[in-house]
Amino acid sequence: MQYSKKVLEAFKHPKNIGEIKNPDGLGKIGNPVCGDLMWIYIKVGKNKEGQEIIKDIKFKTFGCVAAIASSSMLTELAKGKTLKEAKKLSNKDIADALDKLPAPKMHCSNLAADGLKRAIEDYEKKKSLKTKQDKK
Amino acid sequence: MKTYLDNAATTKVAPEVMEVIKEYSTEKYGNASSLHSFGRKARDALEKARARIAKELNAAPEEIIFTASGTEADNLAIKETAFFHKDKGNHIITSKIEHPAVKETCRFLEEMGFEVTYLDVDKNGFVDLKQLEKAIKKNTILVSIMHANNEIGTIEPIDKIGEICRKKGVIFHTDAVQSFTKIPIDVKKIKADLISLSAHKIHGPKGIGVLYKRKNVKIGTLIHGGGHEFGLRSGTENVAGAVGFAKAVDLVDKEDIAKMKKLRDKLIDGLMKIPETILNGPKDKRLCNNVNVAFKYIEGEALVLRLDDEGVAASTGSACSSKSLLPSHVLIAIGLKPREAHGSLRLSLSKYTNEEEVDYALKVIPKVVEELRSISPLWRKK
Repeated sequence: MQYSKKVLEAFKHPKNIGEIKNPDGLGKIGNPVCGDLMWIYIKVGKNKEGQEIIKDIKFKTFGCVAAIASSSMLTELAKGKTLKEAKKLSNKDIADALDKLPAPKMHCSNLAADGLKRAIEDYEKKKSLKTKQDKK
Repeated sequence: MKTYLDNAATTKVAPEVMEVIKEYSTEKYGNASSLHSFGRKARDALEKARARIAKELNAAPEEIIFTASGTEADNLAIKETAFFHKDKGNHIITSKIEHPAVKETCRFLEEMGFEVTYLDVDKNGFVDLKQLEKAIKKNTILVSIMHANNEIGTIEPIDKIGEICRKKGVIFHTDAVQSFTKIPIDVKKIKADLISLSAHKIHGPKGIGVLYKRKNVKIGTLIHGGGHEFGLRSGTENVAGAVGFAKAVDLVDKEDIAKMKKLRDKLIDGLMKIPETILNGPKDKRLCNNVNVAFKYIEGEALVLRLDDEGVAASTGSACSSKSLLPSHVLIAIGLKPREAHGSLRLSLSKYTNEEEVDYALKVIPKVVEELRSISPLWRKK
């Protein structure tokens, strides 16, 4: 598999590895075909305009070079973004930021973006539950 | 430090081999079919090389056919047996752990209307002789089972397989690319009719292989042309390659086998100390230079590239490392789950591998496994 320099760099020195204790959102995603797994942890905060942002993000990945590199790239792209912007992050955005992934590996970066979406959904679900409970 | 532990993929050309390749490429470069002295010198060297390889198998020189690779030897053996004997039957038997050179050739023959039985193997990779015997039918024309497996090192009982095939009157082919010179084969004792060999696994050059074909066994022509190599595969003979192959055989020393075995066992023992590690392939009846383990909860492609950064060259059967994104068919056949095959690592030694390199690998691998496990969501320290 021929990887771009950026993929290899992100693989060799991945950013934002690990877990967040008591995360606001956790997105677990796997690829049943190859067995890859990604867990994306997020902490949500607010910016000056009062919008919700990804304050902190970390990942754990069981997978190949592309899976690790794209997880790392996702966390870099998502950090500081508003939840609305972060939700829009796509497979293509991650691949572009990595100077492309080999064609058969595109599913790996797909995972990272979907993992983040799940983490945000997890956060939103918890939040709406909490609001409902507060109203009671 | 750098250590090359991927000798099952290919090996370094021995300096002595390089010398003869140079000699037969720059001084004695004649075409072995030419009448003049240049040609005669080349012919002479080619026939000496043929005799040398024949001697290693206790075969006759005219039973040695030079090919361009082990893969070509497999293609010649399997396709040309099938096509030549198709009036007798259309059934072929092979195993589920063959090298792609055999596996894909059998798949091709299935497309051409042949029927292929793929024998199961047990958890260590051994074929079941009873299953083989049962699988042989009236229309069976060929059995192709490898001598030693390229991924997990299993040494198949080709002596017994040969007996069964001979008793049933079926041609027996074995791919001995990984085992040649590591495990002796005497064709007077082992009843193999066709044997594939390759030079670059034993410190010879790439681009030269051999098919041993027992004298009375008839097969068709794979490559048509000027009638080289007994009319079975034409093309100007690769004299430098053949001479290099013979030289590589000359250089084999029994003591190297014992040395590799010792280092192999040291590697296996050291790696098995890493928690949640599986040994793939048998403990005994294993190729002297093969180590294959699976580390749970990590992925092999990432492992191989991280090891490469540390100077250790190895390979993996992980799905992520293959173009098809499918895990190794060998690891699946021995019962590994795809997720376990994910974390497989093959290390293969050569006679040039020394203890210092093995110690270095044993220092680096546990560290890298630990690092990758630390970022794996499946890993929980126990």
